[in-house]
Amino acid sequence: MKKKSPVNRTYVQKGLAILSVLSTMAIALSGCSGDKAADSSDESVTLTVGIAQDLDGLDPHNVQAAGTREVLFNIFEGLVKPDEEGNLNPALASEISISDDATEYTFTLRDGVKFHNGKEVTAEDVKYSLERYKDTGASSFEDVQAIDIVDDDHIKVTLGTANTEFLSLMTVAIIPADLADPDKEPIGTGPYKFVSRSPQENVIVEKFDDYWDSANAAHIKDVVFKVEANPDSIVMDLEGGSIDMMPRVTSTQASQLSDSFKIYEGQMNLVQALYLNNAVAPFDNELVRQAMCYAVDPEEIMDFVSDGAGFEIGSAMFPSFGKYFDESLNDTYNYDPDKAKELLAEAGYADGFSFTITVPSNYTQHIDTAEVIAEELQKVGIKAEISQIEWNSWLEDVYGGKNYEATVIGFDASTLCASALLYRYTSDAHNNMFNYANADYDAAFKAAQSTTDDAEQVKYYKECEKILSETAAAVYIQDLPEFVAMSDKFEGYTFYPLYAQDIAKIRLADGE
Amino acid sequence: MKYILKKAVMMILTLFVVSILVFLAFNLIPGDPAARKLGTEATPAQLENLREEMGLNDPLVVRYLRWAGGFVKGDMGDSYTYGPVEKLIADKVPITITLALMAFVIMTIISIPLGIYAARNKGGFIDRIIVVTDQVVMSVPPFFAGILITLIFGLILKLFVPGKFVSYNRDPAGFFAYLLFPAIAIALPKSAMTVKLLRGSVIEEIGRDYARTAYSRGNDTRQVLYRHILKNAMIPVVTFMGMALADMVSGSIVIEQVFNIPGLGRMLLTSINNRDYPVVEAIIMGISIMVMTVNFMVDVIYRIIDPRIDAVD
Repeated sequence: MKKKSPVNRTYVQKGLAILSVLSTMAIALSGCSGDKAADSSDESVTLTVGIAQDLDGLDPHNVQAAGTREVLFNIFEGLVKPDEEGNLNPALASEISISDDATEYTFTLRDGVKFHNGKEVTAEDVKYSLERYKDTGASSFEDVQAIDIVDDDHIKVTLGTANTEFLSLMTVAIIPADLADPDKEPIGTGPYKFVSRSPQENVIVEKFDDYWDSANAAHIKDVVFKVEANPDSIVMDLEGGSIDMMPRVTSTQASQLSDSFKIYEGQMNLVQALYLNNAVAPFDNELVRQAMCYAVDPEEIMDFVSDGAGFEIGSAMFPSFGKYFDESLNDTYNYDPDKAKELLAEAGYADGFSFTITVPSNYTQHIDTAEVIAEELQKVGIKAEISQIEWNSWLEDVYGGKNYEATVIGFDASTLCASALLYRYTSDAHNNMFNYANADYDAAFKAAQSTTDDAEQVKYYKECEKILSETAAAVYIQDLPEFVAMSDKFEGYTFYPLYAQDIAKIRLADGE
Repeated sequence: MKYILKKAVMMILTLFVVSILVFLAFNLIPGDPAARKLGTEATPAQLENLREEMGLNDPLVVRYLRWAGGFVKGDMGDSYTYGPVEKLIADKVPITITLALMAFVIMTIISIPLGIYAARNKGGFIDRIIVVTDQVVMSVPPFFAGILITLIFGLILKLFVPGKFVSYNRDPAGFFAYLLFPAIAIALPKSAMTVKLLRGSVIEEIGRDYARTAYSRGNDTRQVLYRHILKNAMIPVVTFMGMALADMVSGSIVIEQVFNIPGLGRMLLTSINNRDYPVVEAIIMGISIMVMTVNFMVDVIYRIIDPRIDAVD
């Protein structure tokens, strides 16, 4: 029985042979798919950008996720376009004139702007695009009364009430009027044109050679946005070279990366806070909310959550909104646990109370923040229990149903205007998840909206922020830091004050 | 023939039950697909419109019948994000099936020769090594094997670039090359189990009377082993391998995460997160159909290996 049979040996040998053939194949293939960057120019290199989740669509008027908007920023443009400083520059419109009462906006179309399909942008395309966006029911366009073609080069938008901030909404993507399905065939005017998409895998774009703004044309020819669904493999994929860049890595991931990666540090442009449901006891009591502001120390949270990076905020506004941001509000409440106890006693909660912080489980930084807050509140006798729920449940119960006591989340601004952050605190706003109601606030907000004088508007918005701070609408904490990891083969990453990954600015590093 | 008919009816009944369970489960868990899609900027009017458009306002029974009715006709509905589900699944099925089949082939290549070799040389030095290694490999879960493989073959030996998956329609050779290591990760623990099972089974059969009789008729070891013993020894192994194949398809869900492969598993997980019900329902139904088909095929193969089973039925 111990005699070895020849057949038996052949089996093993065959198996080994096949295995070795397969692995040689793998070696050979990975060998040739490796670095082609030996004699590289911007034209011959592919930049692979990791994105945390797949796009929720390609139709610019019907996508919601911030992660989608920041990618589509490269494909579509509006009549105006934001820059990295937070200015709105004329884009498809070369000139803009606003009537004195800020109800009529007239745009002069720029000559010779081409869509990715080679056709020139016409007034009909602009009218079609704006009307299509209005038809989606977008709340920002509710007040648009009419969109008229004045002549071949001019288009006029009429509003029901004065609104000096309306220009910031005119970043709405302009698409060809005869486009059958923008979701399958996204055609815009941006520096990159769409090539292909594979669900859950990637979106591929390439440089648009006829881009109108030659000063800001793209450098890198081929760009792949690759879905990196598993956060645990991001560092490995960067090091291995299957992605060259990853926005929003954590500080831990950033520290794990080797020297061949450059970490760009910016701000996430989020208003992170411990949001309180102002309609439920004890948070309906202003004294209790103020006490909590005294009991929470943003510095300690930043140290714990992101090694001290981050930017303290004292109201619902973040620093990159330059003229609206009021840094002095950071000092409305400085960390003072004794004062907190005093206020609690005054409010009738000398022995403290307990409540639940409901946090979406997919946001590590918000969970970490909630944990530090719970520790801090413990010191003044308030017991906070943290309940993690799935993002969908958060959207449905907390955000939609307002069925919560407190939550930690960050709000971003979808457009470059203060009202994008402040509207939600007005008492009848559909997205006022805080149940915040304050007559002074409503009045100040209304005054800001109806004035046509910029300085006065800034003044009113700052007043809004001050009211939020003084009435402790929420326990404002910080604008979170954002880390972007990019291979040192490339350079030129630029942060924007809203969600945008401007790939056109990225180029090969010198000496490559 | 009668048996096959009986099995087919059972399959349809099971599928019916599965379809109800799947449909109910995803309509009972919290989370509103419309709210998920529209996010934090949604107005109540937009939400209402989208719910209507998605058909979420109809009663549960109506929705079930509409979905199941379409499914029978081959229309799996529209994904909330990606358009027709059939097309989406048709894109992703080749990835996951290729991965599972490659794992199956690797498992077969490794385990059958090793199992027989170990059994023939029972108690020998190599057999002992095989038995011990087997025990270790068996207890390593595929995702952990995946991480180890990525580390060793990807980052240290640089035999492949982690995460650099290419689709089959863009670069078929690169596609197979990338799937090789994930397939090994899936195949390893299953191979170890097959080796153990086959070794045990062959050793047991060798001691049987019919084997002794076969020897006494003048057959040499090789003839006895391949003509008589293996036929019997393979029955439990075939069952296991069939189950393993079904398991490999569902097991690839985990491995797809580790190796960043955009196959059915990735699709399933993200669709559950996004509450993209039509996609989730279709994938789960697909996996159920596949598991049942494999089991059915295992039954048929039994009958070919051992005709006595049919007689008992």
